[in-house]
Amino acid sequence: MSITISLNGQAREVSELTTVAALLAELELAPERTAVERNGQLVRRVEHASVALAPGDALEIVTLVGGG
Amino acid sequence: MSLVDAASIAQAERDEPLILGSTTLRSRLLVGTGKYASFEQMRDALALSGTDCVTVAVRRVELDRSLRSSSGPSLLDFVDRARYTILPNTAGCFDAATAIRTAELARELLGTKLVKLEVLGDLQTLLPDPLGTLEATRELVRQGFEVLVYCSDDPRLAVHLENAGATSVMPAGSPIGSGQGVLNPNALRILLELVHVPVIVDAGVGTASDVAIAMELGAAGVLLNSGIALARDPLRMAAAMRDGCRAGRNAFLAGRIERKLYANASSPLEGVIGAAHKR
Repeated sequence: MSITISLNGQAREVSELTTVAALLAELELAPERTAVERNGQLVRRVEHASVALAPGDALEIVTLVGGG
Repeated sequence: MSLVDAASIAQAERDEPLILGSTTLRSRLLVGTGKYASFEQMRDALALSGTDCVTVAVRRVELDRSLRSSSGPSLLDFVDRARYTILPNTAGCFDAATAIRTAELARELLGTKLVKLEVLGDLQTLLPDPLGTLEATRELVRQGFEVLVYCSDDPRLAVHLENAGATSVMPAGSPIGSGQGVLNPNALRILLELVHVPVIVDAGVGTASDVAIAMELGAAGVLLNSGIALARDPLRMAAAMRDGCRAGRNAFLAGRIERKLYANASSPLEGVIGAAHKR
């Protein structure tokens, strides 16, 4: 079963019960170089493996880039 | 005693460190990491600038793996956290809520409570939205952040930001990236009289003399990015900015002469050859 979430402003299909940690792994993103927000709330790194995505979730996955 | 030994020179140029909340900086120049031609150039420019503190931005990751090298270098590979304090910004945020969320994400990424707050009014001018900035300052201070606030050079707004708990107020000299330097030195002077937290001129710095002018007016520091990154020779400009900052700071601490309408001769007026004796 797949569900639809919004990831960085784009619609995306993910498997039901995918955790934040699993999604980061699927995207080949290093957890220590990213931060995740789900529905406007920060998801701490320690919670990544225990937070399962739900239909309609809005995720923001960010990293540090150059800036002034 | 002649003033040639290093200890005497150090004594003549002695200064206090710049204290921003729980962070202590030796250099009063803060430098951004954006707009460089390469990470290598950025790394070298930061080193030449002598800075202890560099700003970074928080952005969505690139999801398309073909556009992203997952094992390639990224910004933090070129910024040594043992050498530099990293100051995340909320650049690109146009409302308080987004800026606050960005600060929280930055704190998660870096483990730092330091944040450069920007709440912008519009894309063209990139001027700060004063009301959103004040609102976000209050909330971030409540959440335990040490907030360095990008703001206009309005002295009364700066007082509000200080009263809201800002660790530093950072008035723009002129619009971000505009290179116009300190357009309103008198506003900055008044602001410096009214505000007691460190005042760091942030934005609009175009060249070394702009930094020196800000420091001579009494700013605690200067933050710049484009002035170095977009110079024709960023490495040489980084060195220039470093020297401009030290020059301005030393001049400020030295206490300049007054400006006078008439002349005040540097050489004695008596004893010039051919002059008649005085009565």
